[in-house]
Amino acid sequence: MFQIRIHGRGGQGVVTAAEMLSIAAFEEGKHAQAIPSFGSERMGAPVVAYVRIDDEPIELTEPVMRPDLLIIQDATLFHAVDVFAGLADEGFVLINSARELPELHIDDALAKLPEHHVCTVAATELALRHIGRATPNTALLGALTALTEVLHLDSVITAVNHKFSGEVAERNIAVARAAHDDAHAA
Amino acid sequence: MLQQIEGSAAVAETVATCRPEVIAAYPITPQTHIVEGLGDMVKRGLIGNCQFLNVESEFGAMSVCIGASAAGARAYTATSSQGMLFMMEAVYNASGMGLPIVMTVGNRAIGPPLNIWNDWSDSMAARDAAWIQLFVEDNQQAADVHVQAFRLAEAVSLPVMVCMDGFILTHAYTRVDLPEQADVDRFLPSFQPRQALDPAVPITMGAMVGPEAFAEVRFLAHYKQLEALDLIPQHAAEFREVFGRDSGGLLKSFEAEDKKTVVVTMGSVIGTLKSVLADMRDGGASIGALTIRSYRPFPREQLRAALAGADRVIVFEKSLAVGIGGILAADVRVALANPAIPVYSVIGGLGGRPITGENLRRMLEKGERDELEEPHFHDLNVEVVRRELERLREIGRPGASAENILRDIGVVSASKAF
Repeated sequence: MFQIRIHGRGGQGVVTAAEMLSIAAFEEGKHAQAIPSFGSERMGAPVVAYVRIDDEPIELTEPVMRPDLLIIQDATLFHAVDVFAGLADEGFVLINSARELPELHIDDALAKLPEHHVCTVAATELALRHIGRATPNTALLGALTALTEVLHLDSVITAVNHKFSGEVAERNIAVARAAHDDAHAA
Repeated sequence: MLQQIEGSAAVAETVATCRPEVIAAYPITPQTHIVEGLGDMVKRGLIGNCQFLNVESEFGAMSVCIGASAAGARAYTATSSQGMLFMMEAVYNASGMGLPIVMTVGNRAIGPPLNIWNDWSDSMAARDAAWIQLFVEDNQQAADVHVQAFRLAEAVSLPVMVCMDGFILTHAYTRVDLPEQADVDRFLPSFQPRQALDPAVPITMGAMVGPEAFAEVRFLAHYKQLEALDLIPQHAAEFREVFGRDSGGLLKSFEAEDKKTVVVTMGSVIGTLKSVLADMRDGGASIGALTIRSYRPFPREQLRAALAGADRVIVFEKSLAVGIGGILAADVRVALANPAIPVYSVIGGLGGRPITGENLRRMLEKGERDELEEPHFHDLNVEVVRRELERLREIGRPGASAENILRDIGVVSASKAF
């Protein structure tokens, strides 16, 4: 089972990202589960969502305690929430930030991870450019498919088309592709 | 059809296939997505002969369902938490008048302190309202049990609540095989009321009944629920024939047979519990679980038979009767009727506190050693409670404990303590 925990803030599409990941996995014939952990439903409040992906039916309903992949949609959360709690030794970390990794001062938390398991992508900037809104979620999903092999970019695009339609879908797909390419280059 | 779908959307899609004729709704988290989904389908003309009424309150929602059902329409609504309390008088009216309304309860705590998250306080508050209460464990069951709920309600002339854990199920995206319209039509005949309001032929429904007959009417409500004890397994068997899935029924065993310790619970926690129990059995423990799917009527005989061989029973529930302890635990003790088998009452997951495999295992191992106090509050932060009790003793007059505790655990740093 591959477990993902997404940290972000209210308004950044954290829950939608988890739902799209579960749809993408379903598209690949896998079993998947997305569970949001809502705090107070307001803009800016820390939000967490969980995704599990497996070849077998998933019965666990507990929060993801030992994530294989962490998606950090907002780098200011490093100072507010213990985002790295339980991260697997072979885990992956994907961070929305326009800065270079050393500037984020989280080396200690990442030290145990293998090479090429950590990636930053300027998802908010990409979203502003492609969508015109500071919603980094679809960009991060695109980047995820470059960082790990758990899902294909095509399935993420299918999932985006499930959630959105018309021009909104097109722009979200464009940003997912752009972030995927950026993450590859990184 | 297999879909990766939100629990609430799966319920909405399924209720739509049950051909409801009147849906009355007032939004309250976490059930809102269900009635939003249905409202959208009605507006787009996807549900045949169906009216969707936006009402001014939950009291209005249930009252509209009562009127609709009395007039012979298949009626549906959904609620949660304080919404259930606000409609409570009408909740009793629906069952007292024998109206087969189906209502989804997106189970949520009752405040204060204000809390939008999951526990069973709301449906437990309606425990004695003579409604049938069916609890579901995952979103496949949430969908399937709604189809059976309409069938059962109309068969026994009683309303049915389908209770699903708020957020954990209502907001979870999982794979659900949505019931197909043709199959639902095979399983669920159209609603044929014994009597219906008709201006051309006026009748009285909901008459006043004095001491000479009130007990008999109440007895009949009890009798009809006991009839449901036979119908629920029959419907589950028929459902399996039509849909090819095991959903519903009175209770379900998860390797509870011939085990020394049996955990009894309801709802979605069985998902995590199953893997904990499997791990414990791998380590040599003799432990299994039973889930109660029909909470009202309560399957006394079936539960007694299933627990007869156990050395001990651990009841895990997301509900608390303040001043005595576990609500489900009390019912299990009545059903078991055997003081030689200890029944431990464990209360957890209140107000959405995460229930993890790790903390479940710690509790169960304590239970296996017969070390659980009565009742046991699962994952309680004893230190926080102790400090607040100390503060209260020092001050010697009532204070705002909720705010003090938030400040204590650092959630609210700015509020002033008294």
